[in-house]
Amino acid sequence: MMKQLSATDKQLILATQAGLPLCAKPYQQLAQQLQLTEQQVIAKLEQFIQCGIIRRIAVVPNHYKLGYTANAMSVWDIDDDFIDALGEKMAQLPFVSHCYQRPRHLPIWPYNLFIMLHAKDKSTIHTQIQQIKQQLQPHYQRYELLYSSKILKKTGLRLNP
Amino acid sequence: MLSPLERQILNQYQHHFPLSTTPYADMAKALKLSEASVIHCLRGLMRKGVISRIGPVFQAKKMGASTLVAMAVPTERLETVAALINSYEEVNHNYERNHQFNLWFVVIAQTWADIIQLLAEIETITQLPLLNLPMETDYYIDLGFPI
Repeated sequence: MMKQLSATDKQLILATQAGLPLCAKPYQQLAQQLQLTEQQVIAKLEQFIQCGIIRRIAVVPNHYKLGYTANAMSVWDIDDDFIDALGEKMAQLPFVSHCYQRPRHLPIWPYNLFIMLHAKDKSTIHTQIQQIKQQLQPHYQRYELLYSSKILKKTGLRLNP
Repeated sequence: MLSPLERQILNQYQHHFPLSTTPYADMAKALKLSEASVIHCLRGLMRKGVISRIGPVFQAKKMGASTLVAMAVPTERLETVAALINSYEEVNHNYERNHQFNLWFVVIAQTWADIIQLLAEIETITQLPLLNLPMETDYYIDLGFPI
C-alpha cells in the first residue's frame, strides 16, 4: 500500500530518475547536490530496494535503439481459475516484458490478462502470439493485439510535493 | 553494431549495478578492465543512445496509487481529448492504439481517491466513458533483457 515518502525521499527519487551521474563517485555527487552524506544516499537507496520502490539499479537499454521497434500489448480473456498459474507462466517467456492481471469490464471489455511483447518486427510478434496461444489453450476464450500508433505523452515520474 | 564489451556490460548490468562508493571501479574489477575504460564504454553507449540511463528502475505503484485507463474517442476529437488528458500532471504515459479503445494512459496519484476524482472529472468534461483498469496482480519476473 501507500508508502509515506519523506521530503528527502522525494528529492532523491527526482534526482535519480533520469539516471545517476556518470562519474567515478556518483553517489557522492548526488549527496553533495542533496546536502546528504554519501552513506545516507547509499543507505536510502538500499532501503528503497528493500521496500520495492526501486526494482533494481541498472544500465537501462533503449530497446527501440537496439532494433526492438515492434511493441505490442496483447490482451487475453483467461478462465479465472487458471489466471495465476498462466500469468506466472507467461511472465517467464523471454519476450514478455510485463504481464498483469487487470479487471474485466463486461460486456465491453472481457480481457483480464495483459501481456506486453517486444520484438524487432511485427512478424516476430505474430510468432510470439502463436507460442502464447499454445500455452494458454484451452483456458483462454479470445484475445486482441494492440499496437501503439503514437506516443502522445511520456514523462518521468512526477511526485506531489 | 555493439562490441563484445558493450554487449557484455548491457547483459551483465541490467541488474545489480553496484551500490557502492565506487560503482564503476567495482564493475571494472569484475570485468578485468580499468575504471576509465568502463566509464568510456558507458559514455559511448549513452552517446549512441543504446542505453537510456544508468540508474534506479522505480516501481510507481509502491509510491502511491496508479491505474491504466482506456477511452474510446471519436477520431475527430482525439487531438482535443489527448490534450486534455496530457494536461494532468498525474498522467505520465499516454498512447494512441489501433483499437476501438484508442487512447490508453497511466495515472499516478497519491491516493486511490485522487484517481477516482480525476477520472470522474475527465468523464464529465469529455462525456466519454472510460475503462479503469488498475493492476490486480503483477506476474513480474525480473529477467532483464537479453541483448
